[in-house]
Amino acid sequence: MKRGPENLGGQPRANGCSFSKHGAGGGLKNGYVRGSAGADTHSQIHRIVHNGGLYKRPFNEAFEETPMLVAVLTYVGYGVLTLFGYLRDFLRYWKIEKCHHATDREEQLDFVPLYQDFENFYTRNLYMRIRDSWNRPICSVPGARVDMMERVSHDYNWTFKYTGKVIKDVINMGSYNYLGYTQNTGPFSEAASKVLSQYGVGVCSTRQEMGNLDKHEELETLVARFLGVESAMAYGMGFATNSMNIPALVGKGCLILSDELNHASLVLGARLSGATIRIFKHNNMQSLEKLLKDAIVYGQPRTHRPWKKILIVVEGVYSMEGSIVRLPEVIALKKKYKSYLYLDEAHSIGALGPSGRGVVDYFGLNPEDVDVMMGTFTKSFGAAGGYIGGKKELIDYLRVHSHSAVYATSLSPPVVEQIIASIKCIMGEDGTTIGKQRIQQLSENTRYFRRRLKEMGFIIYGNEDSPIIPLMLYMPAKIGAFGREMLKRHIAVVVVGFPATPIIESRARFCLSAAHTKEILDIALKELDEVGDLLQIKYSRHRLVPLLDRPFDETTYEETED
Amino acid sequence: MAASMGQQWVLVEMVQAFYEAPTYHLILEGILILWIIRLLFSKTYKLQERSDLTPKEKEELIEEWQPEPLVPPVSKDHPALNYNVVSGPPSHKITVNGKECINFASFNFLGLLDNERVKNAAQASLSKYGVGTCGPRGFYGTFDVHLELEERLAKFMRTEEAIIYSYGFATIASAIPAYSKRGDIVFVDEAACFAIQKGLQASRSNIKFFKHNDMADLERLLKEQEIEDQKNPRKARVTRRFIVVEGLYVNTGDVCHLPELVKLKYKYKVRIFLEESLSFGVLGEHGRGVTEHFGIKMDDIDLISANMENSLASIGGFCCGRSFVIDHQRLSGQGYCFSASLPPLLAAAAIEALNIMEENPGIFHVLQQKCKKMHTALKGIPGLRVIGQSLSPALHLQLEESTGTRDSDMRLLKEIVDYCMNRGIALTQARYLDKEEKYLPLPSIRVVVTVEQTDLELDKAASLIREAAESVLN
Repeated sequence: MKRGPENLGGQPRANGCSFSKHGAGGGLKNGYVRGSAGADTHSQIHRIVHNGGLYKRPFNEAFEETPMLVAVLTYVGYGVLTLFGYLRDFLRYWKIEKCHHATDREEQLDFVPLYQDFENFYTRNLYMRIRDSWNRPICSVPGARVDMMERVSHDYNWTFKYTGKVIKDVINMGSYNYLGYTQNTGPFSEAASKVLSQYGVGVCSTRQEMGNLDKHEELETLVARFLGVESAMAYGMGFATNSMNIPALVGKGCLILSDELNHASLVLGARLSGATIRIFKHNNMQSLEKLLKDAIVYGQPRTHRPWKKILIVVEGVYSMEGSIVRLPEVIALKKKYKSYLYLDEAHSIGALGPSGRGVVDYFGLNPEDVDVMMGTFTKSFGAAGGYIGGKKELIDYLRVHSHSAVYATSLSPPVVEQIIASIKCIMGEDGTTIGKQRIQQLSENTRYFRRRLKEMGFIIYGNEDSPIIPLMLYMPAKIGAFGREMLKRHIAVVVVGFPATPIIESRARFCLSAAHTKEILDIALKELDEVGDLLQIKYSRHRLVPLLDRPFDETTYEETED
Repeated sequence: MAASMGQQWVLVEMVQAFYEAPTYHLILEGILILWIIRLLFSKTYKLQERSDLTPKEKEELIEEWQPEPLVPPVSKDHPALNYNVVSGPPSHKITVNGKECINFASFNFLGLLDNERVKNAAQASLSKYGVGTCGPRGFYGTFDVHLELEERLAKFMRTEEAIIYSYGFATIASAIPAYSKRGDIVFVDEAACFAIQKGLQASRSNIKFFKHNDMADLERLLKEQEIEDQKNPRKARVTRRFIVVEGLYVNTGDVCHLPELVKLKYKYKVRIFLEESLSFGVLGEHGRGVTEHFGIKMDDIDLISANMENSLASIGGFCCGRSFVIDHQRLSGQGYCFSASLPPLLAAAAIEALNIMEENPGIFHVLQQKCKKMHTALKGIPGLRVIGQSLSPALHLQLEESTGTRDSDMRLLKEIVDYCMNRGIALTQARYLDKEEKYLPLPSIRVVVTVEQTDLELDKAASLIREAAESVLN
């Protein structure tokens, strides 16, 4: 498990990437993969070291290239779908096929159409075919197993009818319940229940007016202690934490360098700020460094004034790729180029690091090196809302200038209590070792599940320590097929396609949880194995490429608010 | 042949001209030729000097650059930095900074925050579902409670469909950019709340502000646009037009002129988005808001948005309208698609609050009476001006005469607030982000009326405010 940086193989080259291969069964065989050594005999193990000296632990992150045939077939698939889409639109136009979608009011038909036809085309002809794979309603705690409401559609997914039956105990591989704190019994919900009967659910005011409860202050002190930062502030919604606080930090004349795969909330926040936005390639430090260098050397476009400040915006774990940010390098770059770092730990807080303190903890870094530590309470803590942690000056400034603090209703007290209880458990302050065990369990589950999927021959993306595991499906027809087959086998999975992913990279995504037992995972894996054969989605040829070797084009996309 | 002949002739003429030319001319030409040769062989302008910095120069520039601090320092006694601390529930009786007060600051209009039935419903939900949903609506974050709440809201508002968001602010801020895109035109009231402003900014549409509640000004803008459209009909055919107004303005306490707006809507073919956070559960016989207040058909309004954080005393927000409109948000509403769904216990609380509203329609009349009473009682306080209509449960008290600067006005109002707070009435100043607001409202104290306040308490509050104004302003 432990191996010093000198053992990482390859000589750390500045901004380079050394890529060493070891034969199967070699002495350096993946020490961090638990379990049988024979399992990997047919695969090659690749070790990617990039600025290796900065890392205190192995950083294994690889992506297998899309097989050519699969890519071609995927495009053909979209072609066929589009052709049929046009055909059916034609039939609908001439009223040969019944038209299901809602239309504007008679009285308003001469208004400008409310939304564009192309958006409709995609929704009507592609999304509608497999719409049953999303928005599946559940009716229990979203724990390791979940009860789902059975629904049927008699008109090809245009409308759903609930049969009234409940599909019991479906294995839940979709919820972001990393540490399993979503529970309806036990100390967490008891604590929340107590606060609920004392405080009620609402607050009916904002933090700056009359909505700053003692509970909120208690939470913020605890969060700051948990993160190891001077001060913290909590907000009612994770999405809004990003979109309503980035504008308070940067503005016109500032530059935001944003990872291309950043979450919609970060993109929205960046846009609302009025700062210039430049996008770097996903987790690609060369691309980031080039942007940083150019930004400082050439200044603002047209006026060539120096930038007021530069904010690098990254996520801890990327929710669609399962990759972990190269934080040690980002911090090194940030220091070298005197910029600031905004780290969104929505998926990593609680889920990564030996003590669950997120990606900073995972790499053994100092939380003070991250200027803005942002995260959400929705995932690992089984609650709702978000936080920002950092230096006292930063948080004081946000208390005065954050849009949330001034205009949005504060967090609901029972939700706050759930967060307090779960953080205390993670920190071991509840007097138990449950927190520690769960973190351990999650990381074991992650490694085990990833290893088994790889062995089966699926193409899996991301870092070997990331509890988010994308499994590549590629073809649009397989999105629906996979979702349905898995549900038939009582396993709830998330499938995603365009526009959440690049058009040919449709995928399924598993979110592991500490609540999953080995038994549950084995059942899921067995079913996955069968479905994989059935749908022929075991595409892997075990040729991994590090992220850096993926095509890197020098052009950058710039966005300026007008 | 003819061509070469011609050329020969030209050559001959040239030689002749050379002989005939005066000497000074030849010398001049000679100098010119030499000059041209010099220009040709001398270095042209030096490109290298302005392009391509050497790596060393770049390093120096990087070394030299000094960014601004991430945030400017905030002084320790900034009025917005030190929040009031509420210990215990922020209900009718509230403990602020250790002092017991009657709450005239929280938007708990119907007193449902402390309601036992609501709490019990939330408890039941908590023991079934736990707290969090651990996912967005698309990915196993849709609970049966959400579906029920959406159905109930749609039914209550008498619309086809409703959609819920997990945060009140994000509701209208996501709904606007779901429809209005770059190039579209939005006509919006100057007094529109901050959530609307942010939604407009996110939409990147063309924004046209009309004077607060001034229908003539709106019509002027609409007419201007009509003339513009006639000039460029092709563009007009794809430019969506919206009017965004609030039912009851949180910043002014005024009711919008909905009947006129609906007339304008059909005349100029503009869609109306109505933000009803303050009027939902307040105006109208059954609390359905400003549409019911004016007896306007729901179908005449394209989209109604409101939060569940005021009258319903829960968290979150909703939009309702026809399926054709609302369904679009399920794929395009950013705050809906990309955010975790509303914790089920909050949805359950909202359902129970709706039940209570439906069972006691008399409650809205009671609230109206109290609002009127408070409005009258606050009128005529020397030095203070009441802003807002008498049916608004949130009134603003502004200084009749400004002291000159915003800061000193704020300080005076704070003294009034503190005076009342020390004597058992909890009030708050309306808070704004001075630099971010498009049209910054004047500083004010916001007085909130709820059904829980007794006549005695209303009288006490009004006389205390009067007393405070007298002692502070004189």
